[in-house]
Amino acid sequence: MTATTPPLTTQDTPRRTPWGRWGVQSAALTYLTVLLLIPLVVIFQDGLKGGLAGLWHAISLPIAWSAFRLTLWTAAVMAAINAVMGTLTAYVLVRYRFPGKSLLNAIVDLPLAIPTLVTGVMLVVLYGPQTIIGGWFQNQLNWRIIFAPPGIILALLFVNFPFVVRAVQPVLQDLDAESEEAAATLGASSATIFWRVTLPALWLPIASGGLLSFARAIGEFGAIVIVSGNIPLRTQTAAIYVLGQVESSNRQGASAMSIVMLSLAFGLVLFVDWLRKRGRKDNAT
Amino acid sequence: MTTVVERSPNVGAITPRPGSISRSFDAWRRRLLIGTVVAYIALLILAPIAALLSGAFAQGIGAIITALSDPSAFAAFRLTLYIAFITVAIHGLFGTALAWVLVRYRFRGHWLFNGLIDLPFAVSPVVVGYMLLLLFGRTGLLAPILNVLQIKVAFAVPGMILATVFVTLPFMVRELMPVLEAFGVEQEQAAATLGASGWQTFWMVTFPALRWGFIYGVILTFARALGEFGAVLVVGGGVQGRTETATLFIFRALDERQYVGAYSAALLLGLISLVLVVGTELLRRKEK
Repeated sequence: MTATTPPLTTQDTPRRTPWGRWGVQSAALTYLTVLLLIPLVVIFQDGLKGGLAGLWHAISLPIAWSAFRLTLWTAAVMAAINAVMGTLTAYVLVRYRFPGKSLLNAIVDLPLAIPTLVTGVMLVVLYGPQTIIGGWFQNQLNWRIIFAPPGIILALLFVNFPFVVRAVQPVLQDLDAESEEAAATLGASSATIFWRVTLPALWLPIASGGLLSFARAIGEFGAIVIVSGNIPLRTQTAAIYVLGQVESSNRQGASAMSIVMLSLAFGLVLFVDWLRKRGRKDNAT
Repeated sequence: MTTVVERSPNVGAITPRPGSISRSFDAWRRRLLIGTVVAYIALLILAPIAALLSGAFAQGIGAIITALSDPSAFAAFRLTLYIAFITVAIHGLFGTALAWVLVRYRFRGHWLFNGLIDLPFAVSPVVVGYMLLLLFGRTGLLAPILNVLQIKVAFAVPGMILATVFVTLPFMVRELMPVLEAFGVEQEQAAATLGASGWQTFWMVTFPALRWGFIYGVILTFARALGEFGAVLVVGGGVQGRTETATLFIFRALDERQYVGAYSAALLLGLISLVLVVGTELLRRKEK
C-alpha cells in the first residue's frame, strides 16, 4: 500500500474540516454527560431541595446518623488494619524470596475477581451462627461475628485487600536499596532501618491505598448486606439505610444520605488522585 | 522452611556487622513476617473460599446440578449474561471513543470529564440504582416522557443495563487511556500526512496498537458486569423470572433458605469471574 503512496498535494493535507473528529468528540462527551453527570445533578438537586438545613435534618435522624456512624467507624478500622497488613504483605512480597511467592502474589488480586455478593455469602458460610467456627465464637466467647460489626469489618477487609498492597508494592520495588544499605553500613539495626528509612518513603502509597479503601468502604453493599443482618440502629450501614429508604419511598432520607456518601467518597478519590500526582512530581524533581 | 541462601535482596545480608546474633534475628524476623502474611491471607481470603466450596458440595455434586438446572436459576444466569454482553458492546464503542477523546484532546472542562470517569468507583451501587430511579422511576423526572413513549426503564431490563453500564464505566476507559498515551501521536500523524482519513487512521493504525488493552477492558468489564448486585437490585426490583439476575437469584435463595441453590449459584458466578480475571492476568504476563 505504502509503495504507491501519491505525493502530497495541498488537497489532501489534513486541514479539511474535521467533522468526524468533532462527531466522535461530542458523542463521547454526551455519553459521559448523560450517563454520569445528569444523574449526579438530579440527586443533588433532589437532596438539597430543603437546603443544607434539610439535608442536615435528614442525616441527623437517629437511625440515619447511627447508620452513617457505623459505616465510618467500620471503614476506619478496616483501613487501619488494611494499611498495616497491606504494607507488611507488600514488604514480604518485595524483599523476600520463598516458595509459593508468586502464588501469594496472585492471591492478592483474588478479591477483585470475586463478586462482592459472593464474598458476603462466603463469610456467612464460614462464620455464620450455625457453622462450627461461628458457633464456637458465639458459645465460648459470646462473640457474634455475622450480623454484627466484626462481620462487616471482615467483609470490608476481604473486598479492599488489594488496594494498599498494590499501592505500596511498586514504590517499595523502586525504592533505592542504597539508602537502606547506607544505613546498615552505619550500623543501624534492621528495625531502625525499617522505621527510619523504609517507612518514611512509603507513607504516600500507604496513605493513598488506605484512603482509597476507606472511600470504597463507604459505599460497599454486596459484601455487607448479607453479613450485617440489617438491624436498624445496630448493624445497618449507610448503603443499606439508603436501600431501606428507597423501598419505603422516603426520598428525602435516601437522597440526603446518598449525597453525603457520594461527596465523601468521591472527594477522597479525587484527593488520593491529587496525592499521587504530587508524589510523582516530587519524584521527578 | 528454606535455607538462608535464598534470602538475596535482604538488607541484613549486606550488613558488615559480625554479630551472628543479629543474623539469626534476621532469619527469625523473616520467618515471622512471611508466616504472618501467609496466615493473614489464608484466614481472610482462602478460608471463606474453602467454606463456600464445602458448603456447595455438602450434599454432593448432584445437588449442585439439580439446583443450577432449576428454571429460575437458569433464567437468572441468562439475564446476567445478556446484560453483561450489552454492557460490553456499549463500552466497547463509547468507552473507546471516550478514552481517545480524553487522551488526544484538551478542551474546556477536560479535568471535569476526566475526574468523572472515576465517579462510579466511589459511588455506592445502591446510590447508582437510586439515581436512575430518580430519573426513570414512577415519579421520576423523565416519567412523563417515558409514559407517552410507552417505554419502561425502571423495574425492567433497560434500567438494569443502564445501571450496569454506569458501574462498569471506568474499566474500559482506564484500561485504554495509558495505552493510548504510550502509543503517542507520531504514527497517527504519519498516517494522516500520507493521506489517510480519520477512520482509516483509527482502524489501521490506532486500533491495532490498542488491541490488547481493548481485550483486557472487555474482559474486565464483562466480569464486573456479571457480579453487579446493588444497582440492579434497586433499579430492577428483582422480580423472579423477569428482572432477576444471577446475583439477585443468590440473594433470594438465601432469603428463602435454599442454601444449596444459593451456594451453588455463588460458586458458579465466582468461578466464571475468577476464570475471566485470572485468564486476563495470565494473558498480560505472557504478552510482557
